[in-house]
This record gives sequence, C-alpha cells and structure tokens, in this order.
Amino acid sequence: MQNLKQMSSQNKVGLAGGHRACAGCGFPQIIKMIYGQSPAPVVTTCATGCMEIATTIYPFTAWRGNFIHSAFENSAATISGIETAYQALKKQGRLPAEQEMNFVAIGGDGGTYDIGLQALSGAMERRHNILYICYNNEAYMNTGVQRSSATPQGGHTTTSPAGKVIPGKIQFPKDLTAIIAAHDVVYAGQASVGFHIDLMRKADQIFGKVGPKFLNVYTPCRLGWGSDPAQTMEIARLAVETCLWPIYEVVEGRWKLTRKIKEKKPITDFYKTQNRFRHLLKPENETLVKQIQEEVDRRWHDLLQRCGEGA
Amino acid sequence: MEKAIETMSSSGTTGKAEQKKEFQARTGNEAMAEAMRQINPDVCAAYPITPATEIVQIFANFVNDGLVKTEFITVESEHSAMSACIGSASSGARTMTATSSQGLALMYEMLYIAAGYRLPIVLAEVNRALSSPINIHCDHSDTMGGRDSGWIQLFSENAQEAYDNLIQAVRIAEHPDVLLPAWASTDGFIISHGMENIEIYPDEAVRQFIGEYKPAFTLLDNRKPFTLGAADLQDFYFEHRRAAYEGMRAAKKVILEIGREFGNKFGTTYGFFEGVHLEDAEVVMVALGSTAGTARVAIENLRERGIKAGLLKLRVFRPFPAEELVKALAHVPAIAVMDRSDSFNAQAGPLATEIKSALYDAGQHPKLINYIYGLGGRDIHFKELEQILEQTLQAGEPKDLNSRVVYWGVRE
Ligand SMILES: Cc1ncc(C[n+]2csc(CCOP(=O)(O)OP(=O)(O)O)c2C)c(N)n1
Repeated sequence: MQNLKQMSSQNKVGLAGGHRACAGCGFPQIIKMIYGQSPAPVVTTCATGCMEIATTIYPFTAWRGNFIHSAFENSAATISGIETAYQALKKQGRLPAEQEMNFVAIGGDGGTYDIGLQALSGAMERRHNILYICYNNEAYMNTGVQRSSATPQGGHTTTSPAGKVIPGKIQFPKDLTAIIAAHDVVYAGQASVGFHIDLMRKADQIFGKVGPKFLNVYTPCRLGWGSDPAQTMEIARLAVETCLWPIYEVVEGRWKLTRKIKEKKPITDFYKTQNRFRHLLKPENETLVKQIQEEVDRRWHDLLQRCGEGA
Repeated sequence: MEKAIETMSSSGTTGKAEQKKEFQARTGNEAMAEAMRQINPDVCAAYPITPATEIVQIFANFVNDGLVKTEFITVESEHSAMSACIGSASSGARTMTATSSQGLALMYEMLYIAAGYRLPIVLAEVNRALSSPINIHCDHSDTMGGRDSGWIQLFSENAQEAYDNLIQAVRIAEHPDVLLPAWASTDGFIISHGMENIEIYPDEAVRQFIGEYKPAFTLLDNRKPFTLGAADLQDFYFEHRRAAYEGMRAAKKVILEIGREFGNKFGTTYGFFEGVHLEDAEVVMVALGSTAGTARVAIENLRERGIKAGLLKLRVFRPFPAEELVKALAHVPAIAVMDRSDSFNAQAGPLATEIKSALYDAGQHPKLINYIYGLGGRDIHFKELEQILEQTLQAGEPKDLNSRVVYWGVRE
C-alpha cells in the first residue's frame, strides 16, 4: 500500500488541484486515496452528479487520466463497454502486450442506489474486471439535495422535508452493499472518507483482484447536510462510531468488519453535527429517534453475526 | 447537381468484373447477422427484442462458434447496450448493436450522446411500431422517433439492401468527415422474417471494403489522457453541437462516394434514392422500406393501363437529401407521400413534412397528398397503392388537413 507520504510525493493520478468541489467536500479525498493505490493507469467513467460537474467543466478537466462521462444511470454499463473493448483489443494484439489498466466506474448514491442500480447489477453479474465506487453523500446533491434510497431515516432533504406532519424521510436506507455482495462479487465493501488508512488498504486490496469489485464510500456533503466544512472528517468517523455506517468488507463471500466498535456512540451524537437532523432532536421526535436507534442496533447486531464476531 | 440523377441509379450491374456470385436464401435478420459476421466488429453489446432478436441470437452463435473475433456483451437492457457501445467506441473498438421499437426508445437518451461524442457505432435496426398499445409489427415510428438524434438513417427495401446498407453504414459512420453513428433498418417481419434470395459477397471482399478501423481517439491510450463528456455550458455547447450538424451535412457527399465505391466492388451502386419511371411521370409515389417494393408492381400495372405513374424510393432519411429529391421531382405535378408513422404535429407525417419543407426552398408547389398507412403492421397491397396513385392524380388541389393527410386503410 502507498502511504500518504508516498502518495503526495509521486501522485500523478486521480484529480489535479483546481477542481470545483466545495470546501469540505469528501469526494476529492476518496479519489486521491483510492487512485493512489492503483499500480496501473486508470480509465474512469463517472455518472452525472456533483463529482462529474465539479471536475469537468469544459474546457477544463481535473482528471489526470482518461475519463468519460456520458449519462446519469449508466456508469456501470459504460465501464462494461470500455473494459470489454480493452479485452477485445488486447486479445487481437492491438494494444501493447505489457499495457495494464484499471477500469473504475463512479457514481453518487443517486446514480448508484437508484437510477443506476440495474446497470450496476448487470455489470457485476457479467463479472467485468472493474471497480465500481459509490461516493455516498446520502442524497441527490447536484440537483439540490433530494432524497435518495441512501438517505437516512428522518433525514431532511428537499423532497423529504422535515414538515409539520412528516418529519423527514420515512424509510430506512437500502442496504446496497449487501445487495451487491449477493452478486457474489470478488470484493464488496463499505468505507468512510474519515478513516483513510482503512480506505487506502481496501483500495490496495481491490486493485490486486480480478473481477467485479464494489466499494461504497461514505462522504459528508456540507451543503446538503448543513454541516461545518471543517468537520467533514470527524462527521465521517462519527457515522462509523455510531454504527450508522459500519465499515466492513466481503471478500469472496467472507464478511469481515474492518473497524470494530467497542463503545457504540448514540446516533444523536451524529445528528447534532448536522442541520438535516435538527428536527429529530426536538422532544416530539423522541420516539422516532428511539425507533431509529433500535433499527441501527438490530442491523449492527446482524452485521456482527455475519462477520462471525458474535454479539 | 448533376449528381441527383446519378444518385437515382440503383439495382443495376455497374461495371463489376464478372465473377461467380453466391446467392443464398436468407431472411432479413439473417442477412443483417451475416453482414455483422463479415464486418466482424471488436465489440457488440445487445439485448433481445422482437423482431430484431434473431440478429442477436445468430450473432451469439457466431461468437460462441469462434467465427468472429467480437467480444459480445449480453447487457441487461438497451439503455445499457448503447451505454456500453459508447464506452467501447470511445475506447477505439469497432462497435455494433441491434434493436427494434421499445429497445430503440429505451436507448433514446444514449442515441444523442453517441452522436454528440462523434462515435461511429453501427446499429442493425428492425422497424416496429412503438407502444402504446403494444404491437410487434412493422411501422416506422421507432426510427422516426430518433430522427433528430444525430444518427445516419438508411432504410432498406429488402434483405439484400439491408445487408448492403449495414456494410456501407460502417464506412459512412467511420468516415473522418462524418464521425456519426449510423443505423440501417429493415421492416419488421415483412423483411426481417421474409426469406429472399440474396447475394452474399465473399468475406474477404467485405473485409477489404470496410477496411481497418482507425479511431480518432481512444480512452485506452494513456500517453495523452483526455476527458470526454465534460459539462459543456453556454460558452461552448453550441459550437460542439454545430460541429456535429456539420458532420451530418458532410455525410451527404460521403454516402454518395461510398455508394459508388460499393457499386464498383459489388455491382450495385447506391444513392440517396432510386427513381422508377420518373422521367415522364405524372404522378409519383414516395416511399420508404418494403412498401417501395410493392409500389414497383403498382406502377407497372398502372403504366399498362396508360397511367404515367412513377416511384421514388428513398433510402437515406438522415441526412435528408432535400435538394436532390426536389430536383428529381421538379417536373412531377402530383405526389403521394407514404408515411408508415405519424408525427403528432397535426399536419403531416415525418416524410411528408421533410419533403414539403424541401419543396418550399425549391419554389416548387406540386399537388402533394400524404398517406399515413400500415401502422402496427397493417398490410398494404399493391392494388391499394394503385388506388392511392390514381386518387392522387385525380384529386383537386388539397384545401384542408383532411384532404392533405389521408389515413389509409383505417376504420374511422
Ligand atoms: C436521466 C436523468 N434523470 C435525472 C437527471 C438529473 N440529475 C442529475 S445529477 C442528479 C442527482 C445526482 O445525485 P447523486 O447520484 O447522489 O450524486 P451527487 O450529486 O449527490 O454527487 C440528478 C437527479 C439526469 N441528469 N438524468
């Protein structure tokens, strides 16, 4: 694994400085940590969303390697075509025999959990040699903070507003990582931008594997979450420490926690750092918060069992 | 514009050295699949849909029997098919797909993107009605729905033309002055499942004709990395779109050059359209696809009865050969334009709308009646086409919408 020092001294991959992501946005870090581990050049495709917009406004691009964006729901399908073209041309001897490349598709949670789920499932099932990265900021940020199926229960977004009758999003988020793990991929995992060593270690492991790989990386959005940009990393860690976003990996079918939480913090610690949960801290929502805490506990318990940690 | 006349010639043996021809009984779908085998693309990403399914099935056999070098991506939808094609073509691979109707409709978003990125993807299309109501039979509403997406559009009268068009589509799309995706279409079931005797050219000759693909750019070259598909705002979007429109204009010249080259090599020269008995015609039918074949019989029958009928079979719908077409029709007093789809513009079908706008620019004002026919695969008989031609000849100058646009063969 490339450590941070090595990465900063010889990093000619991923994003160049000068991209337009907000201060405090987590995804530039995600790209840096992951791409820094790739031993070969990376071809990237990215779904429509904040990352694509913030990194590629014509005539500028922040991408140091080859990059294509085509639409919102098809990042996984597009990378399928690229990776297949590579296989075809390689077989025919039309690419240098020694040329190695990694193929990475990226999407936000909207582009991955929702509109792009079908294409993602298809690409994983066909077992392309690709890595799909979901940068999960728990809502459609590019279009102005609408709920996605990754938005946490009770979370305020512009389409699940904290109203007088309905207090934010009604449903618990979908467990996408488990859905992808059920595709029997060579690697499926969850990471958080707040735990960068864990993230880099996962990336390092991923680039050593052939076949479909999926990494779901949690990243705060200061605008969408109403959080302090200086607190991005702390908040990303809190999500893990409250077990709202456990970090683990499923490698060839075997589940493993990559950060054990000895003392689970209450979810309200996490809520306090963001405006999107402000309403949940009011007395009238106490029961709801209690229910959410119970569901978080239940899921954490299940995860521990899956990981053979007993509980 | 002497070329206009030249372009009308077709289906003749033009200077091809006499050699042993190989005729085989083939359906339209088999002919399209055969062309794909000979084109031997690097990548094919496709999804099944009636009536195009067979093309994909036959091609899958070619792949699994090792008859092609193609990598076949069995995608989970047509949207993903076109997305994968876009990824593949951006990576310097010659890329093909096949679809029909709802499949083409599901690709709609990606059709525009393929054209905007100037990717010479080639698609074997089988014309089928669009839902709703659901219907699996032929009309042209699927491809007409994509007529402004930036794809070259070639219609085929029969299986031979479908085969010939698909081969030429590769050359047209990949031409450096064009660089736009292209489809060749057949009429669902009528051609796709109809068996005909067609001439299959030797593999080697087709291989030579299409040549090696030299992509303009590729994502697989890391020596000069680039970004494709950047957000393009008020300051550049317009210029990029304008450049793509220019590619479509340039395609006119390229289509004629390639059609001629095809004739020299294989015996049949292709242009934008083909005229039958146009010289002295007093009434002309303009038609696309298989109906043109039926119309050939109709006009001969009418001629036997002393009625000077003619046919203009349009092969190239995008780019639309406006100038050449109106020139070919300049002396014709009455025209029946046959549309196998309607456009919901509440004034005429897509083909008639194009022709009328071309006539305006040329200052020509013939009597023109638009017939909307055959939707959802409703059959059209040559006797009906005779009636249409006679009716068009005898009609007075149309004065209102109902006399300008006639829904033919529908129970009102
Ligand atoms: C087919 C389609 N539907 C809707 C949109 C509008 N749209 C663009 S980005 C986006 C949301 C992106 O959300 P997400 O994937 O979570 O990424 P983020 O913006 O949060 O980074 C939406 C709804 C689109 N571009 N294409």
